[in-house]
Amino acid sequence: MNTNEHISGSVLIKVADLHKSFGELEVLKGIDTEIHQGEVLVVIGPSGSGKSTFLRCLNLLEQPTKGSIYFEGEDLTDPKLNINVHRQKMGMVFQHFNLFPHMTIMRNLTLAPCKLLKQSQQQAEAKALELLGRVGLADRAAAYPSQLSGGQKQRIAIVRALCMNPQVMLFDEPTSALDPEMVGEVLGVMKSLAQEGMTMVVVTHEMGFAREVGSRVIFMDNGKILEENQPKEFFANPQNSRLCDFLSKVL
Amino acid sequence: MEELWLSIQNSFSEWWLIIQRKFVLNFIADDRWHYLTDGLKVTLALTFGAVILGIMLGFFIAIVRTTHDSTGKLKILDKICKFYLSIIRGTPVVIQLMIIYFVMLAPLKFSMLQAGIIAFGVNSGAYVAEVIRSGIMSIDKGQMEAGRSLGFNYLQTMIYIIAPQAFKNVLPALANEFIVLLKETSVAGYIGMMDLTKGGDIIRGRTYEAFMPLIAVALIYWVMVMILERLVARLERRLRQSEH
Repeated sequence: MNTNEHISGSVLIKVADLHKSFGELEVLKGIDTEIHQGEVLVVIGPSGSGKSTFLRCLNLLEQPTKGSIYFEGEDLTDPKLNINVHRQKMGMVFQHFNLFPHMTIMRNLTLAPCKLLKQSQQQAEAKALELLGRVGLADRAAAYPSQLSGGQKQRIAIVRALCMNPQVMLFDEPTSALDPEMVGEVLGVMKSLAQEGMTMVVVTHEMGFAREVGSRVIFMDNGKILEENQPKEFFANPQNSRLCDFLSKVL
Repeated sequence: MEELWLSIQNSFSEWWLIIQRKFVLNFIADDRWHYLTDGLKVTLALTFGAVILGIMLGFFIAIVRTTHDSTGKLKILDKICKFYLSIIRGTPVVIQLMIIYFVMLAPLKFSMLQAGIIAFGVNSGAYVAEVIRSGIMSIDKGQMEAGRSLGFNYLQTMIYIIAPQAFKNVLPALANEFIVLLKETSVAGYIGMMDLTKGGDIIRGRTYEAFMPLIAVALIYWVMVMILERLVARLERRLRQSEH
């Protein structure tokens, strides 16, 4: 129902003819897509299809070999552009959480806002506490990451990215490293984030999430986008034979 | 039986008297213990200065080299660092010390202590650099990615996120390096510095007694190393707080 809405939203990220090679191996072979304001783009595909590389190219954690990524109208691949400023507006959540183990949760959350956005410690802590409360972890502010479960760590990682007030959130298989019983709590946070209108790009194997929360689903294989559709159509009526094959294995 | 016992007692008290006399001769007479305490001060000042310089140099070189290895930037600096490492690790510290003092710094009116700190600091920096580099490489690359994804630049990520974790991991190896450094300063006498070793040596020259002054010097080094080990152990416990 909100598919019409997202199309009317302005283009936040535009990917044009994106290529990425690691040495001889060409991982992305020309990706073109647009991500609109408020959209939840879900990327699925078999492992080795290039979906994680695609996501990591969006904030230039991987340097594209060819092509452009426009974020708020500016070409991120332009070497003259200061990528660090733009990364502040693109939150990222990793498969392995990557919390900073030598800092308390509170310090994990406030480090970047204090150092980069020049917020005062109080200001940053107030914001962090509010967000911690929303993911149900307000009581863990003084703990260290090693004291938390995987699901808790990932919720903290999401909050850490949110503390920077990003324009878009990138999720790189956020539930793949979790015990099954912890997947739900992380997906729950992501779902409520989507409902609040956050623009999200999610690489995942959670088909239920794609169907329920996604506003558009992309199927990638072998470095290319093979199919792209609204989730209902995508799952009910897959066109590409590789996608049919893939869905028959995972559903 | 009683006679044997008496003679043991006698020889023991005789031996004890000799020890006492030697102690007085080596340390008390003419206030010779000053050679040891003054020498200890020099050794400590030298070590402390060299440790600080070594850490700063080591961190700098380690960051240059890992930056080069992971991004390909800083080519020329990396070459210079490699050259420096090669020279420092390829020549004996005594030779470096003498070259730095007699050839380079003495003509510029540097004091012996200044030259000593520079020589031992520059020497230690090479070893510290490799220790810290191994520590940086031991940190999961996800940490760098997380820092960069938040908007920190490479250097900020290094300073706030990578370096503190690397430091914790290499603390035992660093402590070892500083223990070695403390003892290595014993060659400072080669440029005429009156350090602890030299102090003991002077006493030996005055009294023609080797045992007492050398054992005393060895004991003092040993005690200092033990104190250093205690301090490092305490620091390690503090830094391990985040692991429960």
